[in-house]
Amino acid sequence: MTAGVMRTQRPSARQRAVSERARSGLIRRRAVNIVMLAVLAAAAVITVLPLLFILSHLVAKGATSLDLAFFTHMPKPVGEAGGGMANAIVGTLIVIGLAMLFGLPVGVGAGLYLAENRGAWLANSVRFLSDVLNGLPSIVMGIFAWQFLVRPLGHFSALSGGVALGAMMIPMIARTTEEMVRTVPTSLREAALALGYARWRTGLTIVLRTASAGIVTGVLVSLARVAGETAPLLFTAFGNQFWSTSITQPIAALPLQIFNYAISPYDDWHRLAWAGALVLIALILVISIVARVATRARFDTGSGD
Amino acid sequence: MSGSSISPTVLMADNGSGTVVGIHGRHIGDRVYRGAITLFAVCVPLLVALVAWEIAVAGWPTFRHFGLSFLTSSDWDPVKQRFGAAPAIYGTLVSSAIALVIATPLAVGVSVFLSEFAPRWMRQPVGFLVDLLAAIPSVVYGLWGIFVLLPVLRDPVMPFLRDTLGLGKTPFFTGPAYGPSMLAAGLILAIMVLPYIASVSREVLLAVPRAQREAALALGATRWETIWGAVLPYARSGIIGGIILGLGRALGETMAVTMLIGNRQEISASLLAPGYTMASLIANEFSEASSDAHLSALMAVGFTLLVITIIVNAIARWLVWRVGGGAASKPL
Amino acid sequence: MAIDVKSQVAGLADARPANQAPAVTPERTRLVAESLDAWFGSIHAVHGISLPVREGSVVAIIGPSGCGKSTFLRCLNRMHETVPTGRVSGRVLLDGRDIYGRDVNPIAVRKHIGMVFQRPTPFPTMSIRDNVAAGLRVMDGHISRRATDEIVERALQRAALWDEVKDRLGASALALSGGQQQRLCIARALATSPRVLLLDEPTASLDPASTQSVEQLVRELRGDVTIIIVTHNMQQAARISDRTAFFLAGDLVEVAPTETLFTSPSDARTEAYITGRFG
Repeated sequence: MTAGVMRTQRPSARQRAVSERARSGLIRRRAVNIVMLAVLAAAAVITVLPLLFILSHLVAKGATSLDLAFFTHMPKPVGEAGGGMANAIVGTLIVIGLAMLFGLPVGVGAGLYLAENRGAWLANSVRFLSDVLNGLPSIVMGIFAWQFLVRPLGHFSALSGGVALGAMMIPMIARTTEEMVRTVPTSLREAALALGYARWRTGLTIVLRTASAGIVTGVLVSLARVAGETAPLLFTAFGNQFWSTSITQPIAALPLQIFNYAISPYDDWHRLAWAGALVLIALILVISIVARVATRARFDTGSGD
Repeated sequence: MSGSSISPTVLMADNGSGTVVGIHGRHIGDRVYRGAITLFAVCVPLLVALVAWEIAVAGWPTFRHFGLSFLTSSDWDPVKQRFGAAPAIYGTLVSSAIALVIATPLAVGVSVFLSEFAPRWMRQPVGFLVDLLAAIPSVVYGLWGIFVLLPVLRDPVMPFLRDTLGLGKTPFFTGPAYGPSMLAAGLILAIMVLPYIASVSREVLLAVPRAQREAALALGATRWETIWGAVLPYARSGIIGGIILGLGRALGETMAVTMLIGNRQEISASLLAPGYTMASLIANEFSEASSDAHLSALMAVGFTLLVITIIVNAIARWLVWRVGGGAASKPL
Repeated sequence: MAIDVKSQVAGLADARPANQAPAVTPERTRLVAESLDAWFGSIHAVHGISLPVREGSVVAIIGPSGCGKSTFLRCLNRMHETVPTGRVSGRVLLDGRDIYGRDVNPIAVRKHIGMVFQRPTPFPTMSIRDNVAAGLRVMDGHISRRATDEIVERALQRAALWDEVKDRLGASALALSGGQQQRLCIARALATSPRVLLLDEPTASLDPASTQSVEQLVRELRGDVTIIIVTHNMQQAARISDRTAFFLAGDLVEVAPTETLFTSPSDARTEAYITGRFG
C-alpha cells in the first residue's frame, strides 16, 4: 500500500545541480534554435530579394521606354533617337514557331513511345539520353546547329535557330507526354479497344486527347524556356537589323537584340534593351499563364476514372 | 478444322455492315503508328549522338594538333594560331565554384526554412518566387548585371572588400576593381543557379519520412536539432545531387557570364580580375573566328564543355535519383 | 439437405419475372466456345471450356472471385490477348465462324461484339452524344450526322437514359452520376448494334436503383441481342438469365437452365456455392 505512494522529498543538492545544468543547457539549445530560425528566414529573404530587385528595375527602366513605336518600328541607326524592336518581336515569334514545328512531333512521339514501352531497353536509353540532351549547354546546341545547318548551307537562317531551340524543347515535351499518357487509365484504353478501335486509333484519339491538357502545359512551359534563350541563336539566326520574315535568312530575335544593345556603348540602345527585356519577360509570363490556365480549364473534364 | 472453309478475309456481314478486311491491310494502321513513334523516340539518341559527333569532328584537328596541351596551356592566340584553353577552363571552374559557395547555403537555407519552419501557407508562394528566378532569361540577368550589379560592385562593394575588410592582403582580392570580374560572374551565376538547388532540396526534404522527425522530437530535441541531426543527414545525398545539378547549370551558362566577366584570357587568383569561361569564350569569338584553326579550337572548347557537362549532370541525376526515387528529377 | 436448398432458392424463383419463356425461334447457336484455354503468362486461368450460347438468350456466369469468369468473357471478343502476357487457345465460333481463325482481324471481331465493363468508362474528353457515337466512328462507311443522331437517340432510349440526358447531349460525359455513366457505356455498346453483348459485372459499382434499371434493360434486350453476363450476384443471375453457368477455378463445373441450376444442381460444388458454403 505504501509502495504506491509518492513521497515528495526535497531535492538533494546534487539533484539540484544536475537540473540546473540541464536547464541552462536547454536554454542554450533553445537560443540556438531561435538563432537558426532567424538565419534561415534571412536566407529566405535574401533569396527572394534579387528577384524583386530585377523585376522592379525592369519595370522601372523598361516601362518608360515602352510605347507604340517600340512595337511597330524598326531599329534606327546609331545616333538617331527612337526606333523600336518590331522585327525582333516578330522574329522571336517566328523562331519559336519553328522550334515547335520540330520539337512538338518528336517530343510527343517519343513520349508516346516511352509510355507504351516502359521496360524496353530502347525506352530506358531514350529516357536517359533525353535527360542528357536536356542538360546540354545552350551554347553547345548553338554551335552544333551552326556546324550542321549553317556551315553547309553557307548562311545564317531562322530555320537553323528553330532547329537548335526545337532540339532543346524535346526532352521536356517527351517527359511531360510520357507522364500524362501514363495517367490515362487502362480501363479507358480497353473500353476503346472493346469498341473495335485499333491500337493506333486508341493512342491518338482517346489516349492523347485525354492527356492533351497536361501535354499542352508541358509544351508551353518548354516554349517559355526557349523563348528567352540567346546563345543558340548567336550563330544560327544571327540577328537582322532589317525586317525579315524569311526562314532561310538571318532573322532578328528579342534576346539577341537585347544582348547587342546592352553591350553597346549607346545610351539610347541601352534604353531599348531594357524595354526589350520587359517585353521578353512579359512574353514568357503570358506563355506560362496560358499553360497554367490550359491545365485548370480542362482539368475537371480531364480527370476521368 | 472447318475454319478454312470460310473466306479468310470476310468476317460475317449479315447485320448490314460487311467488314471486309484484306489480309495485308490487317494491322497496317497499328504498324505505321508503332513505327512512327519509335522513329520519333529514336530521334533523341540520334540527336545526342549527332551533336557530340559534329562538334567532335569539328574540334578534332585542334586536339590532334595540340594534344593534351590544349587543355593545359594558357596561351590563346588566334593570330599566332596557338590555342590553350586553360584560362577558359579555369574560369569556368572558378566562377561555378563561387556560384555554388554563395548559392548553396542560401538555397538549402530557404528550402529548410520552407519545409521545416515556415507555416504551411508560405510554402507555395515563396517556393513559387524562388522558382521564378529560373524563368528569367540569361540575357536579362546580364542586362541587369551590367547596369545595376557592376556599378555597385565597382563602388562601393569591391573596394570595401579589398580595403576596408583588408581582404586585399590575400591574393584573392588584389588588383584594380573595374567591375567586370570573376566575382561579378560568380554572383550572377549564384542567383541563376539558386532555384535549381532550392527546388531539388525542397523536394528531397519533403520526402524525408515524418518518422525521422518525430523520433528526434520525441527525444526532446529542438526544431533545429531535429533538422541538423535527423532530417539533413537523411536528405544529404539528395541535396548534394541538387548542388551538382546546379553546378551543371553553372558550367554551361553563357550570356550573363559573358556580359559580366570581362572576357580576358588570363588566369588570376584575384576574384576582382576579369577572366573567361568556356561558354563565354565561344560566344565572344565564334562570330569573328579568323581562321579554320580558330574555329576548330572553339569547337574543341565546346566539346570539352559538352563532356564535362554530361559527366556532371549524370552524377547529379544519379545522386538525386537515389534519394528521391526519381520524384525530384523534374527538369526545370 | 435438399429441402433446405430448395427452400432457400424458392425465394429466388419468386424473384424472377413472369415472362420466363426463352426467346426466339429459330433457336440457333449464336456463339460457341470450344475448348477455350486462356493463360496469363504461365498461369492457366481458363481450362478448356466449351459453352454454347443460343441466339437471343441471356447466359449468366457465376462463380467465386478469381475463377476465370471475366477472363473467359474477355476471350469471347478477343480482349484477353490485349493484356501483355495474355494467351488464348481454342475456338470461339460466332455464327459458325471461328473468331480466332488464322486470318481474322481481332479489331473487326470487336466491332461485332459489344462489351460493358465493371466500372463505367466514359471517354472524359467527349460529350454524351460523342461517347455514344464513339463506336460508330470506326464502322466502315460514312454515317451521316442525322443517322448518327438517330442511332444515338435510340441507343440512349434502350439504355433508359434518354429522358435524363436528351437536353444536354453536348455536356461532358463526366457530369453524369455513376449509374448514369454505366448506362451511357451500355448505350455506347448498343449503338453499334452488336450481335452479342458481353457484360462483365456491370452493376458491381452501382446503387440499387441503377442496378434495377440495368437488369430491366437486360430483360428488354433478351431476344434481340445475345447476352452473356458475368455476375457476382447470384440473385441477379437468377433474376435475369435463361441459363446459368457455374465456374470454379478455371473450370466450367455446370451449365443449365437457370431455374434448374438453382433448384436442383447436379454437381455438389455448385450446390455448395449457391447455398453459400463458400464464395
